[in-house]
Amino acid sequence: MLKSAFGKQKLIPIPGSREYMERTEKDLGLGKCPSCSRRVSELELKENHKVCPDCQYHFSMTAWERIQLMADPGTFQEFNSDLRSLNILDFPGYDEKLDAAVNQTGLKEALVTGQCTISGYPVILGTMDSRFMMASMGSVVGEKVCRAVEMAGDLKIPLILCAASGGARMQEGMLSLMQMAKTSAVLDKFHRQGLLYMALLTNPTTGGVSASFASLADIILAEPGALIGFAGPRVIKQTISEILPADFQKAEFMLKHGMVDKIVNRLVLKDTVESLLRLHLGGNNG
Amino acid sequence: MVKRHFDYEEKYKNLQGKFEELQELSRNLQFDLTDEFKLMEEKMKDIRDNKYQNLTPWEKILLSRHLERPTVRDYIQFIFDDWIELHGDRTYGDDRAVIGGIANFRGIPVTVLGHQKGRGTNENLENNFGMPHPEGYRKVERLILQAEKFKRPVLTFIDTPGAYPGVGAEERGQAGAIARVLMTLSSLKVPIISTVTGEGGSGGALALAVCDRLLMLSNSVFSVASAEACASIIWKDAGRAEEMAAALKLTARDIKELGVADEIIEEPMGGAHKDFEATAKNLQDRLCRNLKELLALESQELIQQRYTRLRQIGRFQEN
Repeated sequence: MLKSAFGKQKLIPIPGSREYMERTEKDLGLGKCPSCSRRVSELELKENHKVCPDCQYHFSMTAWERIQLMADPGTFQEFNSDLRSLNILDFPGYDEKLDAAVNQTGLKEALVTGQCTISGYPVILGTMDSRFMMASMGSVVGEKVCRAVEMAGDLKIPLILCAASGGARMQEGMLSLMQMAKTSAVLDKFHRQGLLYMALLTNPTTGGVSASFASLADIILAEPGALIGFAGPRVIKQTISEILPADFQKAEFMLKHGMVDKIVNRLVLKDTVESLLRLHLGGNNG
Repeated sequence: MVKRHFDYEEKYKNLQGKFEELQELSRNLQFDLTDEFKLMEEKMKDIRDNKYQNLTPWEKILLSRHLERPTVRDYIQFIFDDWIELHGDRTYGDDRAVIGGIANFRGIPVTVLGHQKGRGTNENLENNFGMPHPEGYRKVERLILQAEKFKRPVLTFIDTPGAYPGVGAEERGQAGAIARVLMTLSSLKVPIISTVTGEGGSGGALALAVCDRLLMLSNSVFSVASAEACASIIWKDAGRAEEMAAALKLTARDIKELGVADEIIEEPMGGAHKDFEATAKNLQDRLCRNLKELLALESQELIQQRYTRLRQIGRFQEN
């Protein structure tokens, strides 16, 4: 059954892996829910914030769809939008990959950051877009995270980062790895200011992003079914050559093991964030 | 086929054996070839020296993983006096892949942390090949906070393929454990010096490398992920690991050029294991000099410098 649904490249798809995601989008388009196989029209999906009306499967959201979902209409002001990645190591094929990602997404990098209000509360909001090289973190993503944190610190308003990432941008080698340390250092300073940082972990949040800024929030929310973890399931499978638990590294699994505070259905995400902001008195503690 | 084992020394030994046979033979035949042999010997040495000065990145990876390469415990025992190992994360267990404790470093009490690989199969299994679980990083967090409390400088040693990718590690929060160490180290009030002695692999290595000074042994490597993993992910072909090793710019010299490492400590010809004492002594002196410099700084200045150091890492264009 799986074979017919996913083509014959691989017998067992590993949910959340790069290939699985690509195949899901490519083979099924947005016309069919990969979870329950129900036909869903694009309009229907759009109206329902890309959540399957039947089984509540959460389709991937682009950075701007996420902003539309969360920010009060017309309030989002993007900043640092002109930061572009360089092929620092002269890594073969990196320039082409970047160009392809820019062309495909219309974004300049995998993270969009800006200021907006959410239910009237001013916040700094950052959203990652997994279509852009699996939203891997290179120098630009790291820098934009840091600048967003610093902006929130300067304005003394809450920070909300919506993570989605395959991990470090390998094409930038050691400099991409160091972005983990850089974002963690900047967040350390932010926390000392007594300000609120909330992270939303969406599908997938793994590797260098999960092992740095995505895990360092005061409150960690996750979308249903999102793959969350340090090592990807494929690597783990190769290492231990065992069958993994069915819900392994899903948001629900991570909730059970104490790694996230709450799983929030996308349809009530804005309400939940609003409540949390209200409980923090707008998060302006400075 | 990717070469998996650094075998240059074996080849050299074989050659030397044959050379000696030849010498023996010439003695028996009573030919006087002393001068020729001397020339040949010099030539052989030249070729060997040349080889070691021009190792490819992949050869450096293999050398950094060499079975005879000194482990972190070897360095600790040589460099420090009164080493007392401390165990456990007080929550779950004691991770043998990362060791920590207190020691005396030329009269100064210090906290020492490092990844511990094993020698041989049994020891390696016990130490999980130097790949820590979350409890290992929680032990690190506990010991660095303890170091801060008692104003002890922290010296870390890095030698790991990476944090362990396993079910238990995920269940117990590998990502969060690493992230918290990164954050805690970034503003720790005491000097931190890190040394890559062997293999520096991914976030699992980075967790011990947020520091004021990063030293690297000349044959050590530091990489965002193993060359094998990068090749299999980016090129879908683990067989191209050798090519990937070059593309990733992971040798000590590359890392210094990228502005991440501060100093390179030259290893003896053939690698650290060829003359452990000289390597360890050299490292000891360099650690001592760096520590003196850092101890001269006020705590606030130290943290500010470390922050600036971390904050400026990365290259991009903006226009």
